Amino acid sequence: MSSVINSVMTVFTTTEPLFLWLSGAALGLLVVATLIGAVLAHRVKTPAGRDTVRNLNARIRSWWVMVALFAAAMLLGSVVTLVLFALLSYLALREFITLTPTRRGDHAGLFLSFFVVVPLQYWLVGIGWYGLFSIFIPVYVFMALPSLSVLGADTTDFLTRTAKAQWGLMLAVYCTSHAPALLWLDIPGYSLPPALLLLYLMTVAQLSDVFQYVFGKLWGKTRLSPGISPSKTVEGLVGGGLTAVAIGTGLHVITPFSPLQAAGMSLVIVTAGFFGGFVLSAMKRDLGVKDWGTMIEGHGGVLDRLDSVVFSAPLFFHLTRYWFT
Amino acid sequence: MIPLFQPALRHGLLGLTRLLVGARASWEGSAPADVPRIYFANHTSHLDTLAVMAALPANLRARTHPVAALDYWGGSALRRAVAVGCLNALLVDRTGKATAEVMDAMAAVLESGQSLILFPEGTRGDGTVAPFKSGLYHLSQRVPTAELVPVFIENLHRVMPKGMPLLVPLICTMRFGAPLQGVEGEDKAAFLGRARDALVSLSRPASQSNAQSNSQPASQPSDQRTTR
Repeated sequence: MSSVINSVMTVFTTTEPLFLWLSGAALGLLVVATLIGAVLAHRVKTPAGRDTVRNLNARIRSWWVMVALFAAAMLLGSVVTLVLFALLSYLALREFITLTPTRRGDHAGLFLSFFVVVPLQYWLVGIGWYGLFSIFIPVYVFMALPSLSVLGADTTDFLTRTAKAQWGLMLAVYCTSHAPALLWLDIPGYSLPPALLLLYLMTVAQLSDVFQYVFGKLWGKTRLSPGISPSKTVEGLVGGGLTAVAIGTGLHVITPFSPLQAAGMSLVIVTAGFFGGFVLSAMKRDLGVKDWGTMIEGHGGVLDRLDSVVFSAPLFFHLTRYWFT
Repeated sequence: MIPLFQPALRHGLLGLTRLLVGARASWEGSAPADVPRIYFANHTSHLDTLAVMAALPANLRARTHPVAALDYWGGSALRRAVAVGCLNALLVDRTGKATAEVMDAMAAVLESGQSLILFPEGTRGDGTVAPFKSGLYHLSQRVPTAELVPVFIENLHRVMPKGMPLLVPLICTMRFGAPLQGVEGEDKAAFLGRARDALVSLSRPASQSNAQSNSQPASQPSDQRTTR
């Protein structure tokens, strides 16, 4: 307990002004969003408008919880943050496999995926074994799972079943685990807590989603691809993406990047985040569902909220690792 | 000692159930209400009782009694503590020797204003719903005022298929359907067939989606789901 208090105190004292600024900004955004939501709830008259505002307010309520959880985990240290992401991976994988048809022969392999692969991947991240955590799922699990399934001697949809299980693990576990892996990067000349790099990734990726939604709702006219994601518009993508890049450039103060480098990094995060959301939307359409789950009120499932992080985390991790360590 | 731990054990069991299988309630034909009800569900795995209990709101859970087999759940002090102490189970003799007593005990629960959970197939299935045993019919004749609410347990047979010792966590939804309406002069076979049909009809979501939680306003054209 005292070590927990110590670590919290260390974060407070070493980064006090910065910490106050960041939490103040997050709190400010949430309060403003909540007020706007309350005003809109009074003004809206049409049934369709009411649905939108109800969903907006549900999203904002969920944001309070998500921001609080994430902030608490970061303050409690890197191990707690790692456990939080492991839990998110477990829940996201559960959503993915729930929507994927499985057969008896997959049972043992799926059991191992949830209860051995997830903990092992995060353990490898936690001990900082980059060489293994970066190939564990794409190489070793890739061969081990079908080897186990083939013992079930059931060839019905074998390729499809194998591919879907592997995709679930790659998205929900492998890609996602690169976000907390940022905490173990050793960047020369960077004196701030590495948790701020993770905060940077999450903030830019999530604000990009938020502002794409806001710009799309306010000014969206041109649908990007109604067949895949009916709510995505060109205006939302450009407006929201540029806003997120601007915020990411401003946030260079919490990173080891120069303003120009931060702008480039933000652009990578926003672009990858967009394609992550887009690809996962196409998968949802293929599976015949609207959302991955129902866990986060207003947003859908854990995977609905993580879809932009899934693609941007490995890219951001590798770019930072390659050029800054 | 055991009673002391029961609330903690109950919370632990229900929490673990949610972590593993979600246990989400979807009230599709009825709303949660504190009236005497017979919830009848498909039997898919050992986790069924826990999953239905976890899906019920806490105030109803406290007044709902799953019907469980005495020969198994009364077999040891620990099992009895879990079944009776944590889950309010009503332990019944299923050997057929004490049918009248079993019926009396179940009727007494309903007449006191509380509810029961029954698995009328009598045995675990493989995802399909087997023909119902007659207990549900006799109980509904005995206590005609109790509401008969079908509960379709979705996906749980994939979590723990019969004969598989391992468990795969998947999101399971309990679909609560509309109460069965009484039909004058209906015979046993017709009643049981109708009850089974009501349960089976819940196996597909009423409004093919999680539409309530969606992110699109109603005015926008919906996604491609309907065209598939």
